[in-house]
Amino acid sequence: MQLEYFISLLLGGLAKGSIYALIALGYTMVYGIIQLINFAHGEIYMIGAFTALIFSTVITYTMPDTAFLINVGISFTGAIIFAAAYGFTMERIAYRPLRNAPRLSALISAIGMSILLQNYVLLAQTPDFLPFPSLVPNFSFLEPIEYIVSSNQIVIIVTTIIVMILLTLLIKFTRVGKAMRATAQDKTMAQLIGINVDKIIAITFVIGSSTAALGGVLISSNIGQINYYIGFIAGIKAFVAAVLGGIGSIPGAVLGSLILGLTESFGSGYISSDYEDAFAFIFLVIILIFKPEGILGRKDNQKV
Amino acid sequence: MLKLESVNTYYGNIHALKGIDIEINKGEIVTLIGANGAGKSTTLMTISGVVPPKTGTVTFKGENISSKNPDEIVQMGLVQVPEGRHIFPYLTVQENLDMGAFLRKDKPAIKKDLEYVFELFPRLSERRKQTGGTLSGGEQQMLAISRAIMAKPDLLLLDEPSLGLAPIIVMQIFEIIKKINRENNTTIFLVEQNANMALKVAHRGYVMETGRITISDKSENLLANDSVRKAYLGM
Repeated sequence: MQLEYFISLLLGGLAKGSIYALIALGYTMVYGIIQLINFAHGEIYMIGAFTALIFSTVITYTMPDTAFLINVGISFTGAIIFAAAYGFTMERIAYRPLRNAPRLSALISAIGMSILLQNYVLLAQTPDFLPFPSLVPNFSFLEPIEYIVSSNQIVIIVTTIIVMILLTLLIKFTRVGKAMRATAQDKTMAQLIGINVDKIIAITFVIGSSTAALGGVLISSNIGQINYYIGFIAGIKAFVAAVLGGIGSIPGAVLGSLILGLTESFGSGYISSDYEDAFAFIFLVIILIFKPEGILGRKDNQKV
Repeated sequence: MLKLESVNTYYGNIHALKGIDIEINKGEIVTLIGANGAGKSTTLMTISGVVPPKTGTVTFKGENISSKNPDEIVQMGLVQVPEGRHIFPYLTVQENLDMGAFLRKDKPAIKKDLEYVFELFPRLSERRKQTGGTLSGGEQQMLAISRAIMAKPDLLLLDEPSLGLAPIIVMQIFEIIKKINRENNTTIFLVEQNANMALKVAHRGYVMETGRITISDKSENLLANDSVRKAYLGM
């Protein structure tokens, strides 16, 4: 029993960490490229979840005999496309005009964007919690061990692994990926070798928003309810994960997220679930005391 | 090939370029000399479109490029090696060179140019797997020039290629500049504080003082000019 409990906490922690990772990617990629903490990133995650809810509800009521998997496919795709569009638009109207302004201005713009999007969803939808349908099929082969791991958790972990592999390939080997790395390292020089920096920044926002939406839909489907405020705490946690791993570093964000997920899972499982949120921040404080640049962060980020 | 006509550039409220005129013909090496803060680097950044001019026109190959984006200007064959080299520190030497050819699609020609730069700078070939940040200053300058060659420029802008380098490396870099000009018929616009060296390789030169072009003449005349000798050649 002890071992089973341990394994269920482990998998629960990995699933949680995976969701953080999907969100943290957006924070860390945007920070890496324009040194901005995009505080509105959590809102993109929330909007992704709402979009999926709307799509799936509309499909369920207007075309009740649509196959479950088609419904799921459309809901996920819709969420990703909408969130990506929000991310793209946000960069255009809130950050691009401030590209050469002091960093504090862009940060304040990000906070403003976050408040704006939260209240927009609050007004357009409802302040109450809405039930969220399960968009993940129940795998029958998991039934015997359902008390250890759920279908949802498996889907979350596998999806995250696939996304990470695809993203790594994109950044390492494609033209866009190389341009992203070059832009992150030296924006002026990137321009001088012919990279359209604005376009690369927009693509970064689109990718980060897409993965955040994916995370939003997956976790909402697991928890079963959403409201306009879910982006805030998830966003803060993912931000903590990104800082923990070393902001600006993609492997760092993933590592930080998994550590955070596992800490929360084991902390609440073995110590007390009342302090679940506290564990994340205690861990952050400890790491930052001993390694202020984060686990995989670079010390020499400051360029002259 | 390149023509600047009464170009005015501002950094916020600072009037950095005050109506400058420069003309560069195909195949020439032209230098721009002047003291610190005269506006030499700003001139190059204005030409490259990074800091666009407020008034005046920059014409390249007969086309007005004053309001074009930096990437469009690179696409037209105007490439800059900025001051301080700006190597991508976490990309390898090879990747840095690949990035130089970012806008090109002619793979066989890119490969040939890669062989050409390794011939110019065999040191880079030895270090192709090292990251850019681990190179010495001289090697970084070689890499910066090579990366620009990979873009196959018709006009190459060089900003202080001799800055902070040992005299022997400076000699080598200037030899290469002459070589690129001769072998590829690449036009070169060279910004330098090392006026002596610059005027020795250049055909013509401009002298810049606090945002204005004060003298424009052939290199040998500038080398003989008393005020230039006093102000920039330390004689």
